[in-house]
Amino acid sequence: MLEVKDLKIYYPIRGGILGRVVDYVRAVDGVTFTVEPRQTIGLVGESGSGKSTIGKAILGLVPLAGGSIHFNGEDITKHIGKNRSPYRKSVQMIFQDVLSSLNSKKRVLDVIAEPLRNFENMTKAEERKRVDELLSIVGMSPDNALKYPHEFSGGQRQRIGVARAIALRPKLIVADEPVSALDLSIQAQVLNYMKDVQEEMGLSYLFISHDLGVVKHMCEYLAIMHNGRFVEFGSRKDIYSDPVHIYTRKLIASIPSMDPDDREKNEQQRDIISREYTERYKDFYQENGKVYDLKKRNETHYVATL
Amino acid sequence: MEEKQEKALISLRNLQVSFKIEGQYYNAVDGVDLEIMPNEVFAIVGESGSGKTALALSISRLHNMNYTRISGHILYNDENLLELSERRLNKIRGADISMIFQDPLTSLNPLIRVGPQIEETLVYHTNMNKTQKKERALELLNQVGIRNPDVTYQSYPHELSGGMRQRAVIAVALACKPSLVIADEPTTALDVTLQAQILDLLRALQREMQSSVILITHDLGVVAEMATRVAVMYAGQIVEMASAQQLFKNPRHPYTRSLLASIPHADSENDRLNAIKGIVPTLKYLPRQGCRFSHRTPWIPQSEHEADPKYHEVSPGHKVMCTCHETFRFETA
Repeated sequence: MLEVKDLKIYYPIRGGILGRVVDYVRAVDGVTFTVEPRQTIGLVGESGSGKSTIGKAILGLVPLAGGSIHFNGEDITKHIGKNRSPYRKSVQMIFQDVLSSLNSKKRVLDVIAEPLRNFENMTKAEERKRVDELLSIVGMSPDNALKYPHEFSGGQRQRIGVARAIALRPKLIVADEPVSALDLSIQAQVLNYMKDVQEEMGLSYLFISHDLGVVKHMCEYLAIMHNGRFVEFGSRKDIYSDPVHIYTRKLIASIPSMDPDDREKNEQQRDIISREYTERYKDFYQENGKVYDLKKRNETHYVATL
Repeated sequence: MEEKQEKALISLRNLQVSFKIEGQYYNAVDGVDLEIMPNEVFAIVGESGSGKTALALSISRLHNMNYTRISGHILYNDENLLELSERRLNKIRGADISMIFQDPLTSLNPLIRVGPQIEETLVYHTNMNKTQKKERALELLNQVGIRNPDVTYQSYPHELSGGMRQRAVIAVALACKPSLVIADEPTTALDVTLQAQILDLLRALQREMQSSVILITHDLGVVAEMATRVAVMYAGQIVEMASAQQLFKNPRHPYTRSLLASIPHADSENDRLNAIKGIVPTLKYLPRQGCRFSHRTPWIPQSEHEADPKYHEVSPGHKVMCTCHETFRFETA
């Protein structure tokens, strides 16, 4: 459904008194993947690895420096800057910081109805009915429609964000760290609703996160990013049971164990891997720190090695 | 209990911290009794609004007293910290009791190089001369795992990466070899790999210096990695206190069990997570009577809760509040 091919996004670095472009930050440097209907793909990496930039590019919010993004066979770059294109209907986003992504001066009704007003010709009554429906999908009572975002708790706000994102029955939702600002018990609520909505509407998610637990819970396929490139791509099982790239292994070893008795063992494991990271660095990274191209290991599992 | 024989490093007796909202005071910490032993990592876990930070800040009395009231006792070396003069307190703060905050960029002064910031505590609490102070600062930077202490000494905070900054903050906190370090969400702002590194570092330093750490966090993973003992806080009260082993192997209180069940486990592929019903009540609307967690478990009849919840010792050193833990079960669909 979504095809991203050799995607490159460079941010210019300006310097000198004339503010000329002196160099580029290669935020995303050659990334290829596809998202099929009803699939959830996870993008994992540390801050600055370029995972959010990919999400922005798919929504057409940043210009591409190279490569292409196709949605159902159509090049999306020609929709960039056009407000009412059908592509805008099919792809939606859920943001990390909910409060700043909801207009604080609008009632929930207006927040959720905004996409409907842009794309569908609904009467006031139809619109209200649809908003109530959307609210109940995310487990909120319709009486909430006339309240303002600040009247809600963090989890409820994020659910409003989900309701808005699904208002136009999109095919793909880019979720950029949707739960990382939420408390544990609330996070569980939002993740459960996201899964329900996916099942009900046949959605795909591009799930961007740094939390390996959440990603494992949500995604069938995972891409691990480092320095703007994929270091490893594979099914949940490939990544968690058989991580190959040294960076992936370092990430997996950093997940805290819930068993206090494993402490020593985990620390030793991390020591071993961090030593290996220095020793075998050359097998996984080129001279200039760039990650190699992905090589196929089996049907689902790709690793960037020499 | 054999621990009783050892003298507590710091003990909190019936601590109450209340904040002023619209002219009225509301308790954010509601009667907490705690003893921190020498040479232990004591974790306080809870969600936002549970009162864990309010508790930690009252130990070093960093609350703005214009709208905060603190009562009870915080005994440190037979002195009640809450009654000390600011002057006397300043002798203790930073030297014997120091803090590590969540965001290293805001806890470091952006206009001062890292080295002098570490020396600042030494200026107030020791009689070292210039060279001694610099030597100590470099030694500390080395101790917190910074590879080129000389370079970092001369750097401004913005020139360092997030992990390096947090290491510098730790160096500041350890400068005077404190007997108690209060770490408030020390790794929350960091990436997972950095988090693991900083936790490993904190653990190693704690072992080496034999000081106690109060670790405030919302992340049960961090607790499992670090803590000797754990207190779980909900709505201003400690609802369960146990050793880390006891807590993770045999969690008793409904809140603890619900929290553990809502973690997306890196090693289970269960389709649905256990979400706790409702939300943490805001300070103003905190239930003050009965079992405070009861309204988030509406399927448990009131008769299973105590009217005035008390602590029950389920095994030595493992205390749980309210009787509802005996019969608690998760809601079935």
